Amino acid sequence: MNTGNSSIDVRVAQAADIDAVVALDAEITGTEKAAYWADVFERYAGSGQRSESYFLVAKSGEEPLAGFVVGEIRAWEFGSPPCGWVLALSVSPDQREQGIGTLLLDALCAKMKKDGATTIRTMVLGNDKVNLSFFRGEGLAAGPYIELERRLD
Amino acid sequence: MKLQKASRYALYAVLHLASEPDKQFSTADIAESYDVSIHHLAKVMRTLVRSGLIESVRGVGGGYRFAGNLRRTTLWDVIHEFESLESDIDTPEELGGNAEIVISGLDSVMSEIDGLNRATLDSITLKTLLRYGVENLEREN
Repeated sequence: MNTGNSSIDVRVAQAADIDAVVALDAEITGTEKAAYWADVFERYAGSGQRSESYFLVAKSGEEPLAGFVVGEIRAWEFGSPPCGWVLALSVSPDQREQGIGTLLLDALCAKMKKDGATTIRTMVLGNDKVNLSFFRGEGLAAGPYIELERRLD
Repeated sequence: MKLQKASRYALYAVLHLASEPDKQFSTADIAESYDVSIHHLAKVMRTLVRSGLIESVRGVGGGYRFAGNLRRTTLWDVIHEFESLESDIDTPEELGGNAEIVISGLDSVMSEIDGLNRATLDSITLKTLLRYGVENLEREN
């Protein structure tokens, strides 16, 4: 999928992208999770049972990975009609402030809308100012659901 | 939650300065634009300078200039200089009956509300605030 931006291309993730996704995620979160990302790739972009590909990457030619987004359309959990969940969205710290996160989110939303979703939803840690302000800037706001949790110890 | 007048004045000033970041404006310019007390606004401007959100420019044609980033500076960054935003339960010194249990429960609830307030205010950049304002006005008209 070419986004119209001459230098950045947003396309479905390929197996060859996974090492770069693992490295970028580890750089941002401080935790390397190779097995997790291999499983995500299998479920959301690979040859698993799902035909939809909601695992997209942003790249500029041979440059390092600029960013990635992973999502999924879920229906009727928590009583919700079909809704697109943004499960992860990351942009390389070296390439921020260039609209790459917006390109990735727009591309994901376009695919999800085509596949029947009428709303997108995500969860962000309350103290994650960068991601909270990004999603707010993209038009997301508090929705009708409230996340509740309890420790099990 | 009721915002202080100073928070509103601070947002007027910061957004006014950010609208033309290369220009300097005096307190009087801003007070006149928003029809607010110049005396009260002057105190707000001093707090904003101390916080680093605006800077004072001396000399002829001096005034104030925006020193933040519209896409990074949040509503919380501006208003926490003027608000405590922490819920206050008016607790008497002597607690009778089950009051201690009630107060302890209320503390927990208020803490949850304060956390949500803080997260909301800290997620809205000045740019997003302006967009909300424009969209709301467009819907109303």
